[in-house]
Amino acid sequence: MTVFNLYIFDRNGNCLYYAEWNRRKQSGISQDEEFKLMFGLLFSIRSFVSRMSPTDQSEGFVSYKTNEYKLHFYETPSGLKFVVNTDLSVGNIHDVLQQLYSQVFVEYAIKNPAYSLGQPVTSELFKSKLDEFIRGQQFFTSKLS
Amino acid sequence: MARQAARGPDPRKVSNELFTLTYGAMVAQLVKDYEHDDEVNKQLDKMGYNIGVRLIEDFLARSGVGRCNDLRETADVISRVAFKMFLGITPVVTNWSPAGDEFSLLLENNPLTEFVELPDGHSQLNYSNILCGALRGALEMVQLDVTVWFVQDQLKGDSISEIRLKFNKRLEDAVPAGED
Repeated sequence: MTVFNLYIFDRNGNCLYYAEWNRRKQSGISQDEEFKLMFGLLFSIRSFVSRMSPTDQSEGFVSYKTNEYKLHFYETPSGLKFVVNTDLSVGNIHDVLQQLYSQVFVEYAIKNPAYSLGQPVTSELFKSKLDEFIRGQQFFTSKLS
Repeated sequence: MARQAARGPDPRKVSNELFTLTYGAMVAQLVKDYEHDDEVNKQLDKMGYNIGVRLIEDFLARSGVGRCNDLRETADVISRVAFKMFLGITPVVTNWSPAGDEFSLLLENNPLTEFVELPDGHSQLNYSNILCGALRGALEMVQLDVTVWFVQDQLKGDSISEIRLKFNKRLEDAVPAGED
């Protein structure tokens, strides 16, 4: 069970934070382009998913799976978007992402007066708390490859 | 601003007093720094706004409340959950406009104004204006453009304090370039 990487976006598409633990393959484009691509995808998928939903009251886009990885998505009502890529053995981590938002992002980014909203988070404390949080999850194992 | 001391044994009460005192000290300083009550009101609104845009995240994280479906639900959440969480009070939601786009919050006990009296010569001061700014900032982050203002103020002699909130429009997220 492993976590590959994580993105945090605000509602305007700014990537506020990116971290990777076990990423084995790069996307082949610049990091900026990658963020734009990821955000664009999230926007399109969310809109597609709700439009094509055959039932009412759908929660919306939650995750997608390929044969190699699973992308998990969590969005707050304030438009903050959390994306985590893991391997396929990880189930629904909606609660974990919710905790990541409330225990790490709100505590160490939002409540930090030195952090300006909409900018990438650069606080070392945030970085280490987030790292600690992810590493502390049951589904995280670091494989040396 | 005059203040009469009345300490209670409950440790939580002490921290409430500290909050009231801190807010009072801040308003007093603003009154000294700016000549007109108008300016102070504007500053309080601005500070409130800056608090609101962050406070909303804390609120969403701690309350776990999801998207509201209409303004009535929003008003209900503001009063029963948000005000309760941050100020320990539950204002009454009332005075809905016929179009359903405006409502009032009636505050009987305002923790900000405990033991406070407006000084002479500052009758236009909206002492708790920070609340209006905070509501505006917080709601903007959940895509609601609102105007918030005080209609009645106990500090000015009214029997109750009344905050009015008017919904202007929904704010739509910017669409990323290249998407429809």
